[in-house]
Amino acid sequence: MLETPVLDEIKSPNSMAPLPATIRRIIWETDDTYTLLIDAPRLDGKEFPFRPGQFNMVYAFGIGESAISISSDPSKSNLLAHTIHRVGTVTSALSKLKRGDMIGLRGPFGTAWPIEEAVGKDVCIAAGGIGLAPLRPVIYTLIRRRSEFGRIIILYGARSPLDLLYRVELEQWSKVPNTEVITTVDRGDSSWKGHIGVVTGLFSYVKLDTPSTIAMVCGPEVMMKYTFEELERRGVSQEHIFISMERNMKCGVGLCGHCQFGPKFICKDGPVFRLPQIRHLIEKKEI
Amino acid sequence: MKPHDLSESLLKHPFLSNMNEEFVKTLTSCASNIVFDEGNYLFREGEDAKTFFLLRSGRVALEVGGGERGQIRVQTIGAGEVLGWSWLISPYRWHFDAYALEQVHAFAIDASCLIKKCETDCHFGYEMLRRFSEVLERRLEATRLQLLDVYGSAMGDRGENY
Repeated sequence: MLETPVLDEIKSPNSMAPLPATIRRIIWETDDTYTLLIDAPRLDGKEFPFRPGQFNMVYAFGIGESAISISSDPSKSNLLAHTIHRVGTVTSALSKLKRGDMIGLRGPFGTAWPIEEAVGKDVCIAAGGIGLAPLRPVIYTLIRRRSEFGRIIILYGARSPLDLLYRVELEQWSKVPNTEVITTVDRGDSSWKGHIGVVTGLFSYVKLDTPSTIAMVCGPEVMMKYTFEELERRGVSQEHIFISMERNMKCGVGLCGHCQFGPKFICKDGPVFRLPQIRHLIEKKEI
Repeated sequence: MKPHDLSESLLKHPFLSNMNEEFVKTLTSCASNIVFDEGNYLFREGEDAKTFFLLRSGRVALEVGGGERGQIRVQTIGAGEVLGWSWLISPYRWHFDAYALEQVHAFAIDASCLIKKCETDCHFGYEMLRRFSEVLERRLEATRLQLLDVYGSAMGDRGENY
């Protein structure tokens, strides 16, 4: 059996010491999800570089840290965005910050989406809920380097129309040449003219050129499981399917073990994995 | 449309992919082309289910009457999909309203004609049932996933949960 190539681990220069960073703006995307726009701190006097799919440990001073994916454009490294679902103590504290307030950042951590591997291929992005946030830097990159890729297919599902993230951008992305954006919601009323149903159902409306398609999937684990099964059913090779995993991350560098997933640490070996690296673990109920 | 042309068009529908020509001919004898304008209903809850549809273009919303909540939209169906199986199962009545969200082009298949063909040719009947079972299985799976409310925080919605 061919050994699955492991995605690059990207070393972070400031793994344990948070850097102070200033909030520039908070944008409420939905009732309970907001985007923090942050003036990126400088790393050893240089700009804050990150790759699509990586995350930072975001520190609300005196409260605690949370692992949050970076959702901004990697080409604009002076401005970082983190889209955050307000559900716990840290994320609630962060939601109350204002322009000019300080937070701490450690990162960037983890593996990245395989942009270079996708060059010359069609890219199918399947996202659910806040899972669109870690994929947004990929979309920015694909659009900026549009001529290097084949079709871009963005399939996005959310709970309701009001829970769709980045609604203005979804509209803008749909106008990019050779790009399809299809959204669906689990629940919609008669004012919603879009699709209703699960994100896997959207594959009925796109024809994938499977040998040349790279799929990047991010969302709740149940959604990702059904999505990669659907992609395989349509002929996309496991080797071309990438998913971003989520676990309770603490140290961010594979030391504390909080995010251990079988023999892997999500923070260090992931969060982005090629499907064959972890498929056997996803299907193990004990893990 | 001539029967030959109709057969050719039907063959392009994903529901009939790789179906043998004889079976397609049999199905064609029960099929017709139909168009619904935006805002019209393909069928209404409680009506006799005498037809099913293979959608060619446009989108249809399945709705159920929710009393004071008005019409509740539970799913949308689009091009390449199958709409309706109540014709197959007693009491042969529609359980939902099917509302055209945009102009819909479809093949309408006459259920009583199809049932007769299925009863006459059990191989054809088996093939139709096999294909419908696949559709049912996929819809059941999708419905279960929808019921799970996977984007709710109780499901460990990714994110940034702390």
